[in-house]
Amino acid sequence: MTAATAPAIRAQSLVKRYGDKLAVAGIELSVDVGECFGLLGPNGAGKTTTVEMIEGLTRPDSGSIELFGVPWGKGRNRALQERVGVQLQDTQLADKLTVEEVLRLFRSFYRRGRGVEQLLSELDLTAERKQQYHKLSGGQKQRVALGTALAGDPELLFLDEPTTGLDPRARQSLWGIVQAFQKRKRSVLITTHYMEEAAVLCDRIAVMDQGKIIALGTPRSLIDGLGLVQFVEFETKQVLDEAALSALPVVENILRKGEGYHLRIDRSLSALRVVLAELERQRLTPVGLSTHQATLDDVFLQLTGRALKTESAEVHAGATP
Amino acid sequence: MSHDMGPPNPLVELTRARVREFLREPGYVFWVFGFPLLMAIGLGLAFRSKAPELPRIAVTHGVTNESAGVLSESPQLRTQRLTSAEAQRALARTKIDLVVDQPAPNQPLVFVLDPAQEKSILARSVVKDVLERAAGREDRLRIEERRSREHGSRYVDFLLPGLIGLNLMGSSMWGIGYNLVLARKRKLLRRYAVTPMHRSHFLLSYFFSRSMFLIMELAVIIGFGRLVFGTHVQGSFTALLIAATLGAAAFAAIGFLIGARLSSTEVAGGWMNFVQLPMWLLSGSFFSYERFPEWLQLPIRCLPLTASNDALRRIYNEAGTLGSVTFELAVLAVWTLVGFAVAVRAFRWQ
Repeated sequence: MTAATAPAIRAQSLVKRYGDKLAVAGIELSVDVGECFGLLGPNGAGKTTTVEMIEGLTRPDSGSIELFGVPWGKGRNRALQERVGVQLQDTQLADKLTVEEVLRLFRSFYRRGRGVEQLLSELDLTAERKQQYHKLSGGQKQRVALGTALAGDPELLFLDEPTTGLDPRARQSLWGIVQAFQKRKRSVLITTHYMEEAAVLCDRIAVMDQGKIIALGTPRSLIDGLGLVQFVEFETKQVLDEAALSALPVVENILRKGEGYHLRIDRSLSALRVVLAELERQRLTPVGLSTHQATLDDVFLQLTGRALKTESAEVHAGATP
Repeated sequence: MSHDMGPPNPLVELTRARVREFLREPGYVFWVFGFPLLMAIGLGLAFRSKAPELPRIAVTHGVTNESAGVLSESPQLRTQRLTSAEAQRALARTKIDLVVDQPAPNQPLVFVLDPAQEKSILARSVVKDVLERAAGREDRLRIEERRSREHGSRYVDFLLPGLIGLNLMGSSMWGIGYNLVLARKRKLLRRYAVTPMHRSHFLLSYFFSRSMFLIMELAVIIGFGRLVFGTHVQGSFTALLIAATLGAAAFAAIGFLIGARLSSTEVAGGWMNFVQLPMWLLSGSFFSYERFPEWLQLPIRCLPLTASNDALRRIYNEAGTLGSVTFELAVLAVWTLVGFAVAVRAFRWQ
């Protein structure tokens, strides 16, 4: 395959273990030039380990990785490093340097790249250019981190949970920067555990759990894969006759978590009416009853039986070796 | 340098980042520049060399006013008039060195003294000399006196090169070792590791920033010593700079070694103190290590701080040349080479 037509990323049979924990258990993925690809999953799913192997930071135990048709090779590959921009999870930059000093420092590492002025305006940090890093807000720090990744004007950008801990406004401002980058036919590999983020940014998504990819496709195709369904959620302290409920032909599936119920039912108003009538027949008073169309959160829940948002108690295998 | 002048140079930017990080941390600046000066002031005052004390004598009320007047006017004595009984008591308590008594008018003067006390003996000859001259004695011999005060013989002269040595150790080890560990802890090193940054640039930026601070540190301590204590560098500045640079390099190598892998600043701080404390005590910064037993002398001389102190002291106080400190320079060179060689091999970016 020639370099011109090679995908931005091609990873095959990636395996990585830390001690006796299998962090990544055989992953295949390919990201085209100009594509934004999302790795989705809860903490400990192996997203960070996967990304760091592709970034060349961590060596896989087995498997192969090529960026633009070029393997990382044994030693350092500075030619490839010139072509990629990386934002690592929770890096703290030098506290006492100002925004523009940090950006100029990172810019100096690359043979070609974006000017510091250009970066400042793209990142909307012109007003903060003289601020020292430690005085910035969380969202501003993340934008500086993104700026260091963009300083070399990369062809491929890696973002590892870039918006974790940010408020919705800061999150959207970051999304805007990534979208602007991608518009210039550049490629992005992003990890996140926010389904909304993946739905907004990504052309394709791989859902990861316990070191494996358990679903792969466009956000739309993953949601449609659930069928023509809708979801009903409610809580109740009373005893629910689950058997009677699941016996209804419109009910496809019931998931229970403590006092909370998550029902997948046919996507029709009459189906909803049937379910509500059954709850009424059981003399239940549901709390916080809601219905919604399928989202990526439902995809994850249906795939794993676990909600994505709840923080996993598993070892944070991906973060630090 | 302006940011309009084309792409920034990585070595320049990395070095500037080091310098800025240092200068913007008031704590570091105090420890490197303020602390040694405070030490110099404190210890310099505590141990400043004083003029020798004058002999203290008591003249009893029995002594004629004429003789008593001659003694109390002499600038070579500190004289007070007491009763016989008071004078005896003061002598017994060594508050005075000699009593001049006269049991009755027209009888000879009596000196009461403790011949075991050096100061009493001195007082006796001074008092005798003053009285004889007053009585008209002429000197037969002409003796000239020339006053000399040897440079570099005061305690503060001894201390200043030791403070430079301590400063080199502290600032090089903390400035490099701690800085590396902190950067690793904050995952900044792994962030650098995924850029095409030249690793040699990263290392050299420490070298250049340390060299700049070295010159500033030397200038501050030497300038302060000269202004406040009148201490002069007897040897050549070039020799002093070369010895100090080699000392700083040896400590940088040790700092680099400590910072090669650790990612806990607390553990790194513990190692720094563990390495530095014995040298604070043994290496002759505050007092001569020759007081330690004979068998310890060679090991002590092979410590990098001892080698720095000895080399700096010989150049600073004794006008020594580089040739006169070859042993010390060799010790520092070995520490530097071995330290860096091991550290480069052991170094981890994450």
